[in-house]
Amino acid sequence: MPRYTFDLNGKPVTVEAPADMPLLWVLRDLLQVTGPKYGCGVGVCRACTSHLDGAEIQPCVVPVADCAERRVTTIEGLADGDTLHPVQQAWLDRDVAQCGFCQPGQIMAAAALLRRTSEPTDADIDAIENVCRCGTYCRIREAIKQAAAMTEG
Amino acid sequence: MVYSLAATTLTVAAPIGCDTSSAEGAEPRAADASARPGVVVTGNDEEMLVLEVTAANRVVVRLPRVEVGQGVTTAVAMMIAEELDARLADVDIPLADARTKGNQYTGGSSSVRSLYGPARALAATARARLVTAAALRWRLPARTLRTHDTMVIAPDGRTATFGSLTGLAARITRPRVSSKPKPPSRHRVIGKPTTRIDARDIVTGKARYAGDLHVSGAKPTVVARPPTLGGKIRAVDDRAARAMPGVRAVVRVADGVAVVADTFHHAFQARDALRITWAPGPLAALSDAVIRSRLRAAVPRLGAAPSGSTQVAGEFEFAFVGHAPMEVLTVVADVRADRAELWFSTQTPMDARDGIASAVRLPASKVKVHVMRGGGSFGRRLNHEFAIEAALVAKAARMPVKLMWSRSDDLRHGRMRPATHHRIRASHKGGRVVAFAHAAASVSEAWEREGAAVQGGVTAVVRRAGGVRDAGPLPSDGGLYNFGRLSGDWGGVELAAIPLGAWRSVDSGTTRTAEEIMVDEIARGLGKDPVAFRRTTLRSRAVRAVLDKAASAGSWGRPMPAGHGQGMAVHEEYGSCVACLIEIDATDPKNPRVTSAVMAADVGTAVNPRGLEAQLMGTTIDGISTVLSAGLHIDRGAVREGSFDDFHYARQRHAPLHFEAHIMPSKGEPGGAGELGVPAAAGAVANAYARATGTKPRRFPLNF
Repeated sequence: MPRYTFDLNGKPVTVEAPADMPLLWVLRDLLQVTGPKYGCGVGVCRACTSHLDGAEIQPCVVPVADCAERRVTTIEGLADGDTLHPVQQAWLDRDVAQCGFCQPGQIMAAAALLRRTSEPTDADIDAIENVCRCGTYCRIREAIKQAAAMTEG
Repeated sequence: MVYSLAATTLTVAAPIGCDTSSAEGAEPRAADASARPGVVVTGNDEEMLVLEVTAANRVVVRLPRVEVGQGVTTAVAMMIAEELDARLADVDIPLADARTKGNQYTGGSSSVRSLYGPARALAATARARLVTAAALRWRLPARTLRTHDTMVIAPDGRTATFGSLTGLAARITRPRVSSKPKPPSRHRVIGKPTTRIDARDIVTGKARYAGDLHVSGAKPTVVARPPTLGGKIRAVDDRAARAMPGVRAVVRVADGVAVVADTFHHAFQARDALRITWAPGPLAALSDAVIRSRLRAAVPRLGAAPSGSTQVAGEFEFAFVGHAPMEVLTVVADVRADRAELWFSTQTPMDARDGIASAVRLPASKVKVHVMRGGGSFGRRLNHEFAIEAALVAKAARMPVKLMWSRSDDLRHGRMRPATHHRIRASHKGGRVVAFAHAAASVSEAWEREGAAVQGGVTAVVRRAGGVRDAGPLPSDGGLYNFGRLSGDWGGVELAAIPLGAWRSVDSGTTRTAEEIMVDEIARGLGKDPVAFRRTTLRSRAVRAVLDKAASAGSWGRPMPAGHGQGMAVHEEYGSCVACLIEIDATDPKNPRVTSAVMAADVGTAVNPRGLEAQLMGTTIDGISTVLSAGLHIDRGAVREGSFDDFHYARQRHAPLHFEAHIMPSKGEPGGAGELGVPAAAGAVANAYARATGTKPRRFPLNF
């Protein structure tokens, strides 16, 4: 079985896995990194959203082979030690989460958005496809704007 | 009455028993809840809410309810912190394992109502004993001591943490200060907008759901299911699947073939390599059009309208809707010859344990069910057929499994809000409604071969999870308006193998939504403004108050551009009421956008206004989704939709840009709130759409 080495949340990891094994199951089943959630397996609900070299990906549709020698960041690696990422802090301040299941993906999508643009418009926020079945969208919007303001300041 | 349990730490218990079987949707009334703390019960702590103060200064209450996002753990932690004068951060609310007695049912928006009395009584008693313990230790009069931040404080400034007093407090039998809960005027925690106690765990990815558990040896498992509802296996060729790497077992189950593997990747791949010949299910000849016409035919006749009256009438159709919680159904099951242990999220753990025990032929006492937090539920986890399935797979495979439904399993074989048809007719005379009739028909689940236990079904809650309601003549049990003579009836179309379930707000999600649309049409027929008409016809002052609040906060009647519209609707249930004012941009009627939602709710004492606002926000999204876009089609006996790509639940671009919730001040007993907003939001979205487009919305979702 092929071996793949990549950086996971700041630490190198090596896994033996089939080349086509989605990163999601490598993270969850081989590495016990369970922040990224399964919600559809086809890249639609985006509950697994994480970062590859700082850009948003859906690990349920990214084969592990595509991650070799690259930098994977999951929700577990977003904070700087005990200091939350501004997006996480805004999520906490706005009490965004309800059931919480989609929120790691929502937070990673928002963090990727803020990396692309420091002043996201409503249209930018509307373009986020992540499903939240509890319907926390209005607080997500507020939290993203707060995080943008915090990052600027 | 609150009991001390024999323990070396202070451990007190308050009864929360409920005579009604959990399966019947126990929904204690407010009066019972307030009376309960005075009831003397002996014996079984299984029926109680138990509070322990640990030596490490943690306050632990094992909650006989499930947290699925509704915020019950935070609300209970607040009740405990309030009466104990503990820091909220020092209170832990783990979920209790399945019990053998008492009320462990989560549903019918009943949790806060059923726990408000016992939780406060419990904590107030514990506080009295801790204060007494400190008084003994310090040789000071107990009444001179106060409590703050999980400590007892003496007049001279000395402090003792609750944890340091717990051993002594455990031996106190006669507290020297009052054990009564505070009057509402002294509440500092209850009523204060409070962030969820698990918020940090959630935003850091630490919150654990069943699928995140690492139970030794539990192997990822998925199930190949039939293409049609209730389809049966004719033949299985599993040779290719068994030969694949990482596959541990292939097991036939009642409705499919389970593959147990080293990872979910291997399990899915082997599932797809199974060659199964399926026999079509019993609905293979049936599609939506036929179901709709059978429903229409099943609606009972409306009686004759009062003579000399003018009629305003409408017929409304609602499609099936899936629950689709973000966390797909997931169960860790370890089933041995003499015992079983399972981990999953469930609203009915006691029924689940009994159902599992009978399925795997073990005494219920040998089955342990650990209740996990759920990634959403919306009623889906009232049923537990997936846990029975996992237990049977684990038994047959002779190894622990982590069984997960795929999203398409969830949508194509999961449960649905039943499709319904409503015929509503209002009769008015002299500018007043003199009769209001509403007859409806709903698809219901016919039990072919399996009983409720095998299905993991709680039949009583499928249609009436709202629990006991005031008996009324309308299908909605409404009677919200002074509409003269009320009449109505339910009809049904029984379909074999159609998986149905109680969906947030249950029947009210359709019946009350349809009625609120009719109220607008009646107002139009009478040439009246919909809000003014409601104000003059609503029976209850509380409902009028939330209506007025939403209307003024949301600037009812402000000029709207062409293609835009406002809509209002109200709802009353669970001892609470709510109004919702929606603004919609329907310039493209096929792609409308709700731009604003303003809600006003009266739920009695709102324990956590921030949590209540979240529930109202969620129900707004439910209203938007079910009215505008989200439903399930039945094509020749199969559910068409298979993911969020075609099950069009609202995303960010469909959510209101502006949302506000107004919570009416109240010192009354808490009412229910988790489901309350659905009919008001749905009705308001439909009414806004109608006014924006000049149409009469009739079939939901509108864009389907």
